Amino acid sequence: MPKNTRNIVDWDEGEARRVIAPCARLRGGLLEALHALQHAFGYVPEESCALLAEAFNLSRAEVYGVRSFYEDFRSAPSGDHVIEVCQAESCQARGSRKLTAHAQNILGLRLGETSVDGHVTLRAVYCLGNCAVSPNITLDGKLYGRVSAERFDRLLKKAGL
Amino acid sequence: MSDLMTIYVPLESTARSLGADDVVLAIAEQAARCGQDVEIIRNGSWGMSWLEPLVEVVTDRGRMAYGNMTADDVPGLFDGGCEAMCLGLTAEIPYLGNQDRLTFGRCGLTDSLSLDDYQTHGGFRGLEKALGMTAGQIVAQVTASGLRGRGGAAFPTGVKWNTVLSADSARKYICCNADEGDSGSFADRLLMESDPFCLIEGMIIAALAVGADKGFIYLRSEYPLCKEILSEALITARAAGWLGENIKASGRDFDIEIRMGAGSYVCGEETAMLESLEGRRGMVRAKPPLPALEGLFGQPTVVNNVLSLATIPVILDRGAEFYRNYGQGNSRGTTAFQLAGNIARSGLVEKAFGISLRELVTDYGAGTATGRPLKAVQVGGPLGAYLYEGDLDLPMDYEAFADAGAVLGHGGIVVFDDSVDMVAQAKFAFDFCALESCGKCTPCRIGSVRGAELVAKIQAGEDMADNFSMIRELCDVMEAGSLCAMGGMTPIPVLSALKDFDRESGQ
Repeated sequence: MPKNTRNIVDWDEGEARRVIAPCARLRGGLLEALHALQHAFGYVPEESCALLAEAFNLSRAEVYGVRSFYEDFRSAPSGDHVIEVCQAESCQARGSRKLTAHAQNILGLRLGETSVDGHVTLRAVYCLGNCAVSPNITLDGKLYGRVSAERFDRLLKKAGL
Repeated sequence: MSDLMTIYVPLESTARSLGADDVVLAIAEQAARCGQDVEIIRNGSWGMSWLEPLVEVVTDRGRMAYGNMTADDVPGLFDGGCEAMCLGLTAEIPYLGNQDRLTFGRCGLTDSLSLDDYQTHGGFRGLEKALGMTAGQIVAQVTASGLRGRGGAAFPTGVKWNTVLSADSARKYICCNADEGDSGSFADRLLMESDPFCLIEGMIIAALAVGADKGFIYLRSEYPLCKEILSEALITARAAGWLGENIKASGRDFDIEIRMGAGSYVCGEETAMLESLEGRRGMVRAKPPLPALEGLFGQPTVVNNVLSLATIPVILDRGAEFYRNYGQGNSRGTTAFQLAGNIARSGLVEKAFGISLRELVTDYGAGTATGRPLKAVQVGGPLGAYLYEGDLDLPMDYEAFADAGAVLGHGGIVVFDDSVDMVAQAKFAFDFCALESCGKCTPCRIGSVRGAELVAKIQAGEDMADNFSMIRELCDVMEAGSLCAMGGMTPIPVLSALKDFDRESGQ
């Protein structure tokens, strides 16, 4: 049942400043601030970079540099549901390449894409540290091991996808 | 029904990824249904991952294990319907019983977050001894134990600590590298989730040894459960006076902060990790200066892997001699071998150095999970060598592996069956390097991209001999000219993967 209610939090400068302030008191706290912003807004909004530069006494270029270096920090919102499929060696040894192809077919998305209606994001991840029960995925932040194509389909169904 | 029934269900990622939380719910429901009083204890994992969720029921004889438990199986725990799933007493399962559990001695045994449980099973004894020693004596113990860095580089821990101890500075730091990014590795996570106080104790001892008053755990963001468990353990330890000001009336202060990584593999490299902890891009620093002298915020810093630090308490408690009696040659003590990928009995095996790869893969691991012939084994993560049938008698020992052109690394062992395409694995090694390179040095940043292109040409069957020799030349440059192991060691998986192809194709 597709829905079109994206969990995007509108930009709110006051909220962003409140989120940044405690992190700015930590020495080297820029990553913490980026995590906190992403937690609050679902991504790191462009508008927050100027506030971060001010709070950490950095140039905006430096803030962009840090934000763009790390895979976790996103400059655009993710879908309502996020699926990550591990692409690293242990999962490769248990069929992650096939599982990835299956996921891409079922969802009609390639790794790194979000569906047009903003409902689902499919993403690559490199090692979830659950290598004893490969292949692994996460669905909405929850980890699942030994994911066959059938289990993948069941999990999707359970999540209403 | 009468007496209280005690059931252990792991609170650990692998068990939870296979439905442990559903099992807990089902136990509570079934208990209510039959009017049975049940106490559910969320322990850590014993590391017998292929049996997860591994549920244990306390009996007069001890803890009886039931493997691969699902919510549907739960009623059988109450009415005896599960007897076919019973594995006997947990402690007598040979996979576990034959290990040398020194660092992981409490994992699975205890309630991860119970300080009482921790202390009942030897917790804080090492620290109590350390509190009665001088800094120099602690460092001497660690040096004498022969402990080498378990993150992969295998640098002697005592030597590193001594450098930090000797450095003259008002501020020193302990940084725990918990950015366990190697595929096939999960020992750091398993320890942090199963025995978080052990890591905390190790860090406090490190602080006493070098004169630090502040510690950081740099934790990868892929481990959210570790963050929850460690955060709670830190609060508990602080409340009990093991952290903070004037630890146990010793006059010493030390506290620990968790900082999250953000999905960058190269931040597992110690200098990139320090940059990241300082809030910058995770760009590798040139060495010297050594982090031991100019590390975090320019101050003398101990950077140690989770397992190095978590091994410190047992060394202080049982003594350096006890620890160094395990192992062989210059590889003293035990380490955590992690059996992953296509292997029947996957999990964590803590053994003294010297056990052969074959014993681990065949005796413990029972061969491939698919039942097909084993083709290759990658040891030591994405920067480790692919080994083949003829290499399996190699002893797990730092020097023996180095002599064979391989690395033990962090002890991850990924098994592949004969369906693996080794050229694709070589391509992946370059692709991964291109994806994760910090970009600071040219051999890594550009070499990885060019290398992937060359392997693609081989996959397409173009100028095989020329492209092979160009890859070898490129690998020479990357190995000799890269700033860190990312570019410097990528040639190891590439060439070891292609060595096999080379042999088969007769090129």
